[in-house]
Amino acid sequence: MNESILVTENLTMDFDGFKAIDNLNFSMAPGELRVVIGPNGAGKTTFLDLITGKIKPTAGQVLFKGKNIRRYSEAQISRMGIGRKFQTPRVYLNLTARENLELAANQTKGVFGTLFGKMSGPERDRVWILLETIGLAVKADRSASLLSHGEKQRLEIGMLVAQSPELLLVDEPVAGLTDEETENVGNLLVTLAESHAILVIEHDMEFVRQIARKVTVLHQGTVLCEGTIDEVQNDPRVIEVYLGQPQSIDR
Amino acid sequence: MITLVPKKKRDNRLLIEAGIVVTIALILILIIPWLLTDFRLSLLGRFLALSIAALGIDLIWGYTGLLSMGHGVFFALGGYLLAMYLKLQIPKDAANQLPEFMNLYGVTELPSFWQPFHDFNFTLLAILLIPTIIGGLLGYLVFRNRIRGVYFSILTQAATVVFFNFFNGQQKLFNGTNGLTDFKTILGADISTYQFTFYILTIIALMFAYALCRWLTSGRFGNLLVAIRDDENRLRFSGYNPTGFKVVVFAVSAALAAIGGAFYTIQTGRVSPQLMDIGFSIEMVIWVAAGGRGTLVGAILGTLLVNFAKSLLSEQFPEVWLFFQGALFLIVVTVLPDGVVGLRKLFYRRQQPISTYPNIDLDPEVQSEREHPSN
Repeated sequence: MNESILVTENLTMDFDGFKAIDNLNFSMAPGELRVVIGPNGAGKTTFLDLITGKIKPTAGQVLFKGKNIRRYSEAQISRMGIGRKFQTPRVYLNLTARENLELAANQTKGVFGTLFGKMSGPERDRVWILLETIGLAVKADRSASLLSHGEKQRLEIGMLVAQSPELLLVDEPVAGLTDEETENVGNLLVTLAESHAILVIEHDMEFVRQIARKVTVLHQGTVLCEGTIDEVQNDPRVIEVYLGQPQSIDR
Repeated sequence: MITLVPKKKRDNRLLIEAGIVVTIALILILIIPWLLTDFRLSLLGRFLALSIAALGIDLIWGYTGLLSMGHGVFFALGGYLLAMYLKLQIPKDAANQLPEFMNLYGVTELPSFWQPFHDFNFTLLAILLIPTIIGGLLGYLVFRNRIRGVYFSILTQAATVVFFNFFNGQQKLFNGTNGLTDFKTILGADISTYQFTFYILTIIALMFAYALCRWLTSGRFGNLLVAIRDDENRLRFSGYNPTGFKVVVFAVSAALAAIGGAFYTIQTGRVSPQLMDIGFSIEMVIWVAAGGRGTLVGAILGTLLVNFAKSLLSEQFPEVWLFFQGALFLIVVTVLPDGVVGLRKLFYRRQQPISTYPNIDLDPEVQSEREHPSN
């Protein structure tokens, strides 16, 4: 087996006595598409905050490609190859869709590189291809504030890809989307999984079933179980903490 | 259908814009002086100097979203640095080689940091560099610690108090509350006879300031500033560290304020700690808000309009100017959030209906299908 792209060892995050993440051990292989589920307050978003360096763990460590990320800032971690999509779409509303992608695609992210650097031809082409992939080509020069919720979700995923990360962290990508849009995003993620490792956090079980190969269940900040969607759904512990009544599962 | 604007077309637009700017400058230099009285012309020169500083405010507030209420400090610093040179223009054969206020306070030897201001080139360099460095340093300390929003504004206000008290209290070094005034010569020439030259120089400086801001706010760097304003934390997860960008913008805006301050000082013939008063810094923000923040033209227009209104109204009704200013601010906040420049949009809307979704004909998806029936 290849070396894991992401490993957490005994990861603990203690918010003044409340352990949002408690002794979490987790690992992901390169190129894997992993879905993390868990009831509210299971620590899913805190988990992403720890991986992206937004907060630093109380104990334990996060290893990205074997490297402890503790001493790096969010921006540095992002440049190492971890991209993150937030729960509510966060795009730059006063820029156009194209400009949003261009900022993310910029390879020289220092002050002077951004000021004096010109966009290269390949970069421009990449942005254009991405716009087509996420289905926003005709709205490329429209201010992002005029895009619908689903379009913003897709734009943000596009921005993630534009960064060319090795690991994508996607937090509830289909919250508030219609069924059709949900399927679009699902297909997009499956396509992206061919060339990236992706970690998806999701509640929507239909959607999880569409994309998931391996599912990790978080509960009270620690891993409850791991396996295929069917294994997980039939695990009595999972049913107890998360899915509630058994009959809703076999539907 | 790729909607990229071809490079040639973009170059043409830039040329047209440059042409407009040069034309306006030429009108200001060649025609306006015939239309205005000397008094009004000298006011115009001062207000143009103020609008250089307003461009700086627009850069840091309008584009980057950091509300600085302490730019008066940099403005006054620029003025003081130039004034120090002007106060040292003492005829070689005079018995007293010190600025006269120093004698008053019993200073017998020129303080060492005044010494280099005998040199004109050093002074110019100092006006450009010292406020920039102070701005950059202050910015670095503040932004590195992720101080933002209201806390940033409060900090900048606190800075004005610190600087005000320092300059106000140092009678021996800077003549305290009276400030530096009564300038006689510059480079050996009589200042009062060269006011028109300073007017022209102010316009040229304003043109350069405009060009600089235009360059900074266009393209990827400009988009990045807007992104900082929209969602700074998101930017970190795109791999950018906003601190460096904010420091650069803050330093540039400090430099613009200082340049404005220097041109203002030479035209008014006086610099005093009153320019570091909180009220003045807030006024600068009002100019930009009234003109239209986030647009460079708005910053300049707002400065000219508000200041001319101020001088006209305070001539007619000396007591009520402050009420007008308050009312103006209220109007801008409640009715005209985009300032005077925002009025333009009202006219556009009347000509062509805004293109949002309820109207299917204007949906770009539909339009594109119509233009390219094949897909």
